[in-house]
Amino acid sequence: MPQVTYIEHSGTEHRIELEAGKSVMQGAIDNGIPGIDADCGGECACATCHVYVDEAWLAKCGTAGEQEASMLSFAATAEPNSRLSCQITMSPELDGLVVRMPEAQH
Amino acid sequence: MNAPVDLDHARIAATTPLDRLDPSNPAIFRDDAWQPYFARLRREAPVHYTAESMFGPFWSVSTYKEIMQCELAHKVLSSDSLHGGITIRDRDKSLRLPMFIAMDPPQHDEQRKVVQPIVAPANLAKLEHMIRERAISILEGLPRNETFNWVDRVSIELTVSMLATLFDFPQEERRKLSHWSDCATALPMPGGLIENEEQREAVFAEMLGAFMKLWNERVNAEPRPDLISMLAHGEATRNMTPREFMGNLILLIVGGNDTTRNSISGGVLFLNENPAEYDKLRANPALIETMVPEIIRYQTPLAHMRRTATADFEIGGKTIRAGDKVIMWYISGNRDEAAIDQPDRFIIDRPRPRGHLSFGFGIHRCVGNRLAELQLKILWEEILKRFPKIEVVGPAERTYSAFVHGITNLPVRIPG
Repeated sequence: MPQVTYIEHSGTEHRIELEAGKSVMQGAIDNGIPGIDADCGGECACATCHVYVDEAWLAKCGTAGEQEASMLSFAATAEPNSRLSCQITMSPELDGLVVRMPEAQH
Repeated sequence: MNAPVDLDHARIAATTPLDRLDPSNPAIFRDDAWQPYFARLRREAPVHYTAESMFGPFWSVSTYKEIMQCELAHKVLSSDSLHGGITIRDRDKSLRLPMFIAMDPPQHDEQRKVVQPIVAPANLAKLEHMIRERAISILEGLPRNETFNWVDRVSIELTVSMLATLFDFPQEERRKLSHWSDCATALPMPGGLIENEEQREAVFAEMLGAFMKLWNERVNAEPRPDLISMLAHGEATRNMTPREFMGNLILLIVGGNDTTRNSISGGVLFLNENPAEYDKLRANPALIETMVPEIIRYQTPLAHMRRTATADFEIGGKTIRAGDKVIMWYISGNRDEAAIDQPDRFIIDRPRPRGHLSFGFGIHRCVGNRLAELQLKILWEEILKRFPKIEVVGPAERTYSAFVHGITNLPVRIPG
């Protein structure tokens, strides 16, 4: 199964296996990984599952859609490599993906 | 005028023909009798049309999933004050107030971004100490073994002092902020807080005068981290018309005032109504963390947000036509059992308690949501350190409004 590594703002790493087709947000929630809130449950409507995608994976993750970009523009600490993890769907090509969490999800 | 008359709400909700059911009647909120109306709508017509009401014709969206769908449809469901804005009540076109909550992109996004930094994580951390000091001083000043109104002594006091800090508004005049907030949302009626729109406009003019003074002081000074300085220096806001400045002030004042105030009052009431939950909290104060969002869900301090369709829109098997008014009833979606387990119960240790609709979702989601939570969290931490019990000793009185779901009087007594 493809693997994802989540790195908390403090530096703590969590590596999990995530079934293709599930979102990177869901992987964090199902595994109780702190630092991803996901208030809206994956509707791209709250920007509390914000992550920074490791440079090496940016292109493979694709770019944010219009709604996602709008929501991200209100996040306090958005960077060019910011994404909402509910909008990144796991696939074999993303095996090994590394994402980092911001200081806070608001 | 709005003196309670005995309405048999359960019977009215059950027997009124569906097409004549009107969930916007402010009396049903004042009487705390909204539940059966919305339970019926969720069951029989999640998207429902009321042809006649004191606010004219409107659609009600009452289920969680359909409300979320509306929140994401901002391209066809407009918030713009030109179409009627974000509350059920239409105002005369000449009195409409532009404010960023009542704008669509791109202007909404540009103006919202100017004030967003006030609630950035680093700024919240700075505010925490100040909120705690205020909370302690308010709580230490409360009487013992004596009945008093919790709303006035605590809920209003804490929220206005917070708001005065955010604006860097004179603390000694902080009660003006709650007065302006109340006037902004009051329904005009004889003997009411405001009797007509002229009175409301006069209050707004007084408010604008006070804030213009602050604006003029700050526009020529170095930028500072208060809301007025941020607006005066922000690229998207520094050239606002006076009317636009007025609108945004009202937005920030109501948004930072009425909402948290009513959640602070609601929490005391809910714990009294649910003594087992109060016991759980006393035994484990760490539950404040999950209790706070549960209070905000259970109170739902703003009962609805309104949109206006700018094109035909299909939802829940109905077709909403361009020009129609659409009401997203957050208060109902927060009690939708399809989305929330045992939604009519107040449970302070729910897993993932932030899935509620009280802050809205999508691009208009409440800017201050984490600040609101922070105020409630700190207040409850300090309450539990001091008072084992705050007893509600009389019936709560509620706001006559279909928008602000408020508590105006909550008689309590602190034993000791």
